[in-house]
Amino acid sequence: MKTTMDGVAAMPGPRHGAGGTLLRAAAAMGGGMLLWRLASIALFCGLWEVAGRVPISPAFPSFSATAIAFRDMMADGSLPAAFAVTLQPLVLGVVISAVLGVSAGVLMGLRRGVEWVAAPVFIVFQAAPMAALIPLVTFVYGIGLTAKVLAVCMLALPVIALNGYKAVRNVNPSLLAMARSFMASPWQRVVKIIIPDASPVIFAGLRLGVSAGFIGVILAELLITPTGIGDLITYHRSIANYAEMYASIASIILFSALTLAVLQRIETVFFRPEKQGA
Amino acid sequence: MGALHRIDPAPAAATILQRPSALDPSAGDPVVQVRGITKRYGGSVEALKDIDLDIPRGKLTTLLGPSGCGKTTLLKIIAGLLEPSSGEVRVNGREVTGPGPERAFVFQDFALMPWATVLRNAAFGLELRGVPRREREDIGRHYIREVGLAGFEERYPHELSGGMRQRVGLARALAVKAEVLLLDEPFSAVDEQTRRKFQEDLLRLVAQEKKTFLFVTHSIEEAVYLSDGIVMLSRRPGRINRIIEPAIDRSGSPDEIRRDKHYLDTVEEIWHGLRDYVD
Ligand SMILES: Nc1ncnc2c1ncn2[C@@H]1O[C@H](COP(=O)(O)OP(=O)(O)O)[C@@H](O)[C@H]1O
Ligand SMILES: [Mg+2]
Repeated sequence: MKTTMDGVAAMPGPRHGAGGTLLRAAAAMGGGMLLWRLASIALFCGLWEVAGRVPISPAFPSFSATAIAFRDMMADGSLPAAFAVTLQPLVLGVVISAVLGVSAGVLMGLRRGVEWVAAPVFIVFQAAPMAALIPLVTFVYGIGLTAKVLAVCMLALPVIALNGYKAVRNVNPSLLAMARSFMASPWQRVVKIIIPDASPVIFAGLRLGVSAGFIGVILAELLITPTGIGDLITYHRSIANYAEMYASIASIILFSALTLAVLQRIETVFFRPEKQGA
Repeated sequence: MGALHRIDPAPAAATILQRPSALDPSAGDPVVQVRGITKRYGGSVEALKDIDLDIPRGKLTTLLGPSGCGKTTLLKIIAGLLEPSSGEVRVNGREVTGPGPERAFVFQDFALMPWATVLRNAAFGLELRGVPRREREDIGRHYIREVGLAGFEERYPHELSGGMRQRVGLARALAVKAEVLLLDEPFSAVDEQTRRKFQEDLLRLVAQEKKTFLFVTHSIEEAVYLSDGIVMLSRRPGRINRIIEPAIDRSGSPDEIRRDKHYLDTVEEIWHGLRDYVD
């Protein structure tokens, strides 16, 4: 019973079939996307170069000056050393927030009781201006690593938890009915349906949480004690090394963007393989 | 009376029976027995009222009725996915308290996992039952072939047309080897051509698999074309209006059947019947 009735748009087999057209189109779009991205980055750097050379402000270095400063700071080891310091509270805080946030979010989505207790806390925390609260942390936890980890968590945790919660709440009810009709156990329901179905929104929360974590760690380094990248930024500003200052800022932004891209990759590879190549 | 069991493809006009006040217990061996089912949603919406019904074993029985008359509700109650407000359903004599291995559901919206391949989707019922991977994938492959999707095992649902997705849903239901297949408007989301092809395949599967199919549709032609018995539900609250046994002679080609006088008469008769109670 070979069907041709369903339309040739999804014939199996070779990629050059009619189905291949779709895939090729998607690939071409992906390639086009990459091209557009590169073009937009080039345009941005070009504008930066022009703005730096005009110059719009003596404190605004050109792109090339910043790039050279970046190279020098890599060579003399000051940038890698600063990253090593900054990454400690960042990674710790983000990992703690991811584990706690996803579990809390999923539990809030699954259990009314947990939702009732925890959801308001996260909602309040998400609404609060965290930057204003970070100095308070030092009263309790001093100025060490703990305070900085806490600063990261305060920014990252609420958004991760609330996204997990929302994701689980919005799991496709028809998939749940399907799992029930095939007699899934409660555990199978969570692991095989709820988590995978919720994973795009959970990961969106993780990405937001990770970028909030970056904000948290830099704020902590600027507000609590100058260390790592925060220190590098403060230091170079204080001695008017603007190219170095911008190089530090740009490097942390770049690093953050890379982390987010890696996270996206993890999502497609482990949770949503159907999105691969799209 | 109440017998949905006639096997003889009588060339006479369709047997049209009034709704039985009590079902005939001597009428063979119903696999599903529905007794006094009433369903109210939220205390006010009465979706079904006093449904009594016997579904004969090994046949294709159709629930036919206008949109919103409670077809899905009745099917889900039989599946154990919904609790009735009163009444009971028995399958093989045992009361239904939830889903069971002897029943499998084919969902109107397919209910396929978008992150899983066709093969994993088709074998998902077996995966949930802890069948080892090799074994369940062999069974999955077999039924994917049976529903005409060989070659698509490693594709994802979003790469398939609506009709093909529904075939995956059907393969999944067949793979768990349930006795009773419950199909909720499986053809409603597919185009007419695919629909006809799917109907042919379904008839072949009914003949080959020796399972009981309980099938929901709102298409009169489809019901008459496919069914051994048609249960007509009236508008909300859904009640059994009457039961028809089309007894279509299916030995001819699909086109011959669709031109067959008996087939056309039956469709016409149902139309008239519908008009009577719609007015
Ligand atoms: N979850 C629900 N809550 C309230 N009313 C519902 C619900 N599901 C169905 N209904 C109502 O019950 C009636 C029967 O629905 P349904 O069984 O889906 O009908 P059908 O499948 O025949 O179109 C409809 O009027 C519908 O609005
Ligand atoms: Mg329905």
